[in-house]
Amino acid sequence: MQRRQLLQTAAAAGLAWTAVGRTAFAASTTQAGQQLPGNRRLIVVFLRGAVDGLSVVVPYSEGAYYDARSSIALARPGQDGGVLDLDGHFGLNPNLAPLMPLWQSGKLAFVQASGSPDPTRSHFDAQDYMESATPGRKGTPDGWLNRLLGAEPPVVVQAGAHAGVTRGISVGATLPRIWAGPNPVANIANGARATKPTLLDRPQVSKAFDSLYSGDDAMSKAYRESQQSRAEVNEAMTPAAMDHEQMVANGGAPLPNGFPDDAARLAQLMRRDPNVQIAFLALGGWDTHVNQGGAKGQLANRLQPLGQGLAELATRLGPTFDDTTILVISEFGRTVRQNGTGGTDHGHGNVMWALGGHVAGGKVHGRWPGIDAASLNEGRDLAVTTDFRQVLAGVCAHNLGLPDNKLASVFPGFDGVPLNLSRA
Amino acid sequence: MTLPTALPMTRRSALAAAVAALAWRPAFAVADVDAGQSDALHVLNRLAFGPAPGDLERVARMGTPAWIAEQLQPERLALPAFLADQLASLHTPGETQREMIQQYREAQKEAKEAKQAETASPDGKKPQTDAGAERRRQVATVVVEAGEERLLQALNSPRQLQEVLVDFWFNHFNVFQGKGLDRVLVENYEREAIRPNVLGRFRTMLGATAKHPAMLFYLDNWLSVAPGYQPRVRLGAAAKVGGLNENYAREVMELHTLGVDGGYTQQDVTELARILTGWTMQPQQPRRRFDIGSAPVYARGHQGDSIFAFDPARHDNGSKTWLGHAIAPGGQMEGEFALDVLARHPSTAKHIAFKLARRFVADEPSPALVGRLSARFLDTDGDLRAVMQALVESPEFRDAKPVKFKTPYQYVMSSVRATGIATTNVRPLMAVLSQLGQPLYGCQTPDGYHDTEADWLNPNAITQRVNFATALASGKLPLQRIDDPNAPVPAQGIKAMERQTDQAMARDQAVEGSTPPVDATTLLATLGPAISDRTRAAVAGSQPALRAALVLGSPDFMRR
Repeated sequence: MQRRQLLQTAAAAGLAWTAVGRTAFAASTTQAGQQLPGNRRLIVVFLRGAVDGLSVVVPYSEGAYYDARSSIALARPGQDGGVLDLDGHFGLNPNLAPLMPLWQSGKLAFVQASGSPDPTRSHFDAQDYMESATPGRKGTPDGWLNRLLGAEPPVVVQAGAHAGVTRGISVGATLPRIWAGPNPVANIANGARATKPTLLDRPQVSKAFDSLYSGDDAMSKAYRESQQSRAEVNEAMTPAAMDHEQMVANGGAPLPNGFPDDAARLAQLMRRDPNVQIAFLALGGWDTHVNQGGAKGQLANRLQPLGQGLAELATRLGPTFDDTTILVISEFGRTVRQNGTGGTDHGHGNVMWALGGHVAGGKVHGRWPGIDAASLNEGRDLAVTTDFRQVLAGVCAHNLGLPDNKLASVFPGFDGVPLNLSRA
Repeated sequence: MTLPTALPMTRRSALAAAVAALAWRPAFAVADVDAGQSDALHVLNRLAFGPAPGDLERVARMGTPAWIAEQLQPERLALPAFLADQLASLHTPGETQREMIQQYREAQKEAKEAKQAETASPDGKKPQTDAGAERRRQVATVVVEAGEERLLQALNSPRQLQEVLVDFWFNHFNVFQGKGLDRVLVENYEREAIRPNVLGRFRTMLGATAKHPAMLFYLDNWLSVAPGYQPRVRLGAAAKVGGLNENYAREVMELHTLGVDGGYTQQDVTELARILTGWTMQPQQPRRRFDIGSAPVYARGHQGDSIFAFDPARHDNGSKTWLGHAIAPGGQMEGEFALDVLARHPSTAKHIAFKLARRFVADEPSPALVGRLSARFLDTDGDLRAVMQALVESPEFRDAKPVKFKTPYQYVMSSVRATGIATTNVRPLMAVLSQLGQPLYGCQTPDGYHDTEADWLNPNAITQRVNFATALASGKLPLQRIDDPNAPVPAQGIKAMERQTDQAMARDQAVEGSTPPVDATTLLATLGPAISDRTRAAVAGSQPALRAALVLGSPDFMRR
């Protein structure tokens, strides 16, 4: 069912869209018995190492930007290597051009000058805070994605589907802090190995090991979760289906290794396996202290596959994209002024990105504090005017429909106002 | 025990005789044997990469205190001839820092020219030159050889504690092999700055890492200069010097010494960056304008080629206030003073004590233990041998149960050691480490790999380990492939190795260099009390071909 139709149905049923949206994380039906967009999904992409947000969403209309960045500033729109105009004030890094169609169709939004209320410039503390969503508090045992998993009962999307294990999927060999907690999360390998047959897929091997991992301990649970999710992934991603997708999407050309490839595989999985509700990927390499470059160079070389991969995600999710929110986050921004080595050092405020069929896109949200000397945080960084939890909580509340009374359990200690990024 | 030697002895009768012999011994002796093996297993699990065949008996026989004493003096333990020969066959340790960088830069230059020639040629294709291919092969060889040097020693060196500490301290002072010059410098870094110092003074290792080009490059300090500095000679088109870079100054305090809550401010970061301006490297032959300063000048062959240089022209000669110290202009000595202060700081002692206790004792070590180790660190001016001594003598260490979840590195090393396979080809192991999320020298961020169960225990990890155990036990990994030394190393390095390893694991026929299947009975004897009765029963009840795999892939063997 298309979103447009849903809207009409909702309207016809006399329900306010917002009310539907707020309760729709779990499947529910209208009075007419038709299914509402219950299967809202979330994908979080973490850019580890602090991406330079001022090079992503560029305040090109401000002279202070060019003053501060003599060799790494991006040119104004229309110039060689210039930014792609967003709203007359901000422009998008040209290496993210594959995302412009999403901006134009109102499915891509940014929140500039967002970040943490905690002043740390340590990557590791700042990432920890963003993953626990408790800035300034290190003892928090769990991550907010795990708490989100626990905040709602699993969606039952179809009869016979075993809900649980694959509700949360993490791409990569380890489970990061954001997933820490009691609710099971499955992780799949990076790259094509995620769907390649293994020795443990052989029944005589798995039967033998099943008996060793039959207990209630953490390792046994992890083993069983992995086996269940693997069975589910294998079912959704048969080699024939994968090959077909590959042919249709790319004319047979393989995607570059790394993020675009992983993103495409995740999209296919989410589209084929409705159990998957929350997914997480991370990619590093953003800590550009030296020779960051502008329209070309190191940062450009990182942004290209990111833009391509996000566009792949959106395309390959197909109709599922309409029900999905993709959040792109990074632990803090970088210094407004370039440093002595053509790079930028650890800063404060940054940009958060949101993509999705029901995201209030085509807009740079948040209050822009300016980057003239008087406006900077500690005289060097973009100030934070939107707490990152306003964005996370806002997406949970408005885009996923997490009820107000559950917000506190996902974002403990947060008493700010969730930012509404939902197109309603 | 006496046996009627005139009779032909069958296995069965020998077994019966052995059982009878055992039964004759007083009960307390059996208990002693068990306790001896448990103690031996504990120290081998924590201070070595697990038992190899015969280790349990050997360590139990000599007693754990004697074995520990031996491990704390690794220089007195000779390397076995086969390992010494393997290490001697590596080319990289014979190369100087300068030669490595030269090679790397030429390979880069030629790759760039080859690409330009390709673009310019009419058909868009141009075969690479032989010289260019050779250089790239050389660089790829250096990358693989770093891993060989590390893993061959981790598997086979009798200096097990030293190798455990190399893993620990490399990780503490992490550099990333994937970043530019560090592709060719990591081997040198570990061999010169880390391995010789793991049981020495902390200050020595701190200084050695601070001055090593692998660290200078990785955390950018080589480019950090006084504001307004104008280079007389350009350091290559890409390197635009012109001011401070605070990357190293921050991480040396946050990660290497004080710890993130060790009591410093952003102002301290900036001031330390100023203090360390001019700490750089000189990959070309020294020019007159460089003052080698107090950098030691060694004979070539033993740390003989340090290209660290202090350049007074790049140094910020203003006064600084850092961590409450007023620092007058003093050239390189400002930085040396700063490292002295950091190495003796109580926050550093606590940070190091905590990390060691976490590695060797428990994920959440007791504050009392951390306090004692920290005091030992401060009392001995950072003598790491003394700190380790205090650690292994602590009741917390002695009484620890095998509850530490192995990192992928510990899991893979202990698995291969337990099988007793004489590994000559470690590349499949490098590939497996990468698949398990801990690629060797592959941690991109300066914090290194983390060290707790929460970091490593996840669904995918368990089944990947089980897959590896099954492949290893059934002899599917080509750990004995005899490589033609002139054969090209795959240009894509680790990715190609991963693909090859996956293919080897998936095939039913053994690939060249595969090892024989592992014998489960021998393996169980090697591991002794590491494997529980419950697991032994499950192993006994399964088909023979899978028994060794079940041992290595068992929950028991995931912990140490």
